Amino acid sequence: MAGFSLSDAALRRMREAISRFPTPRAGILHALWIVQEEAGHVSREAMEIVASEVGISPAHVLEVVTFYTMFHTEPPGKHVFQVCRTLSCELMGAGRILDHLRDRHGIDAGKKRSADGLFTLQEVECLAACGRAPAMQVDDVFYESVTEASVDGIVAACREGKSLPKPEEGVPGWTSNGS
Amino acid sequence: MDFERVLTANFGVENSRALSVYAGRGGYEGLAKARAMDPDAVTEEVKKSGLRGRGGAGFPTGMKWSFVPKAAIPAKPVYLCVNADESEPGTFKDRYLLDLDPHLVIEGTLIAAHAIRAMTAFVYFRGEFKNVKGVFDAAVREAEEKGLAARADGTGGDGALPRIVTIRGAGAYICGEETGLIESLEGKRGFPRIKPPFPAVVGAFGSPTIVNNVETIAALPFILRNGAARYAALGTGKSLGTKLFCVSGPVENPGLFERPLGYPLRSLLESDCGGVRGGRKLKAVVPGGSSVPVLTAAEVEGVLLDYESLAAAGSMLGSAGIIVMDDSTCMVAALTNLARFYSHESCGQCSPCREGTGWAHRILKRLVVGKGEEKDLEILCSISRNMRGKTICVLADALAMPIDSYVAKFRSEFEAHARDGGCAGVHPGRSISDLAGAQAEAAAS
Repeated sequence: MAGFSLSDAALRRMREAISRFPTPRAGILHALWIVQEEAGHVSREAMEIVASEVGISPAHVLEVVTFYTMFHTEPPGKHVFQVCRTLSCELMGAGRILDHLRDRHGIDAGKKRSADGLFTLQEVECLAACGRAPAMQVDDVFYESVTEASVDGIVAACREGKSLPKPEEGVPGWTSNGS
Repeated sequence: MDFERVLTANFGVENSRALSVYAGRGGYEGLAKARAMDPDAVTEEVKKSGLRGRGGAGFPTGMKWSFVPKAAIPAKPVYLCVNADESEPGTFKDRYLLDLDPHLVIEGTLIAAHAIRAMTAFVYFRGEFKNVKGVFDAAVREAEEKGLAARADGTGGDGALPRIVTIRGAGAYICGEETGLIESLEGKRGFPRIKPPFPAVVGAFGSPTIVNNVETIAALPFILRNGAARYAALGTGKSLGTKLFCVSGPVENPGLFERPLGYPLRSLLESDCGGVRGGRKLKAVVPGGSSVPVLTAAEVEGVLLDYESLAAAGSMLGSAGIIVMDDSTCMVAALTNLARFYSHESCGQCSPCREGTGWAHRILKRLVVGKGEEKDLEILCSISRNMRGKTICVLADALAMPIDSYVAKFRSEFEAHARDGGCAGVHPGRSISDLAGAQAEAAAS
């Protein structure tokens, strides 16, 4: 296990989370999220720590990690872009957004991360934000009604190390008389 | 439209996430009434309201609750699972309930927990809803501090109050299926279970478990506060109450609309959504999330948005994710998109689904780029026949229904692709990577 350890705070949070569930194993997703938030990805060494905390074999942890699409088994770029490509978003131009990311910004879903290490782009399935399609999640932030121009703003903020632009709020289609 | 709001009454209210604001608008009155009642009486009240599961199946909620065996109590704990793993394509309702009115969902959760005698309620969020879960967790802390629920570790509440434990998934459509969700909650891959036994008898951790959708849960405070009759006064026939309709695709004003069940689909599309964008014509509508049979523009006429009317029209209300397609859309491309989705999301347990979704996707990719053959249509329909009703869960059916309906209702487009290599429609394709990939594959073979 040389080379990877969790902070004491993370380990404490993990143990506290695991104790909330009827079986330790049920705390595994929680434990994996704590690992990924601290380390950026879930390495084999980290899986061994999680395995010993929840009392199952590392192979069973690997089985869980690889079932879910949001766990990174290798370090992703500093910012993870998830562009929805399912029907509503595709009808509303998701393909254009993906092309723009690739052609204008060199951010390509075919690569693990961009050469500068700043970006990972994933084409993902329905993000439950179809009312303002196309939708894109950047790290934990949802962007809707995404355009080439809004992509430019978000990418620029990432490159300059600034905080991400504020996303649109409220309910799509909502009017003051209550949609 | 004028009717009593059940689910969105607090949308647009300033600071709607705060417990004080929620309580100031009648919030937690339904819970107080429920807790003064015998749990079985709460279940009876919900039965009388006619509330049906809003996740897609439309099963009567009170009846589902009554399947929890009485004999098991107190030998085994009973669990409530609130399904916040919203992921049916075209559906975007639960995220706004959880984000803008978290206490409505918390109150509903506590009412349901009381009715089924659960001391633990799990709320399972899809992984992408991290920020929404953060809002919800903060509201749960507030409810705990006000003595409405025990703390997540089980302390507080003098052993008399249930606790709410939230959990975050990590990206898997199948975890929205109730037994897939239970498996995931137990810390495993989200493989759906063979039923029976149904979760109400043997669910999470071997215990009786009720899984309810967020929107179902969110209707409970209204029903308990105002009585079942007032809820049942909304809606029509066996489809009572209101529903959140999610409209997406090329209409002028897509969005989320609460309407009584039985509301005309035409009114929703024309009056509320302003009709098809850019003066184009309506071509097709998926009325209940991507899994249900598609309706042609002609079939949309006269259809009412309730369980029975949509079944009579040959489709389903499902999750009420309404996806609109205009006359520029190529239906072969649209179906290819859905086939990719189901192929990607198949958990792989059952061969007809694991293989069938992949075969269907590969055939459609071939057809969409003009490399298909006429016999592909028959192969596609035969794959669909061999997927339907042959698997543990309904994911295979969820692709078979679109395949059958798209091919039957838009057959000429599929034939044009098979015979002439394409059609006049737009192929929006993500396409680009997808189509390029398909072309490379076709060229290599």
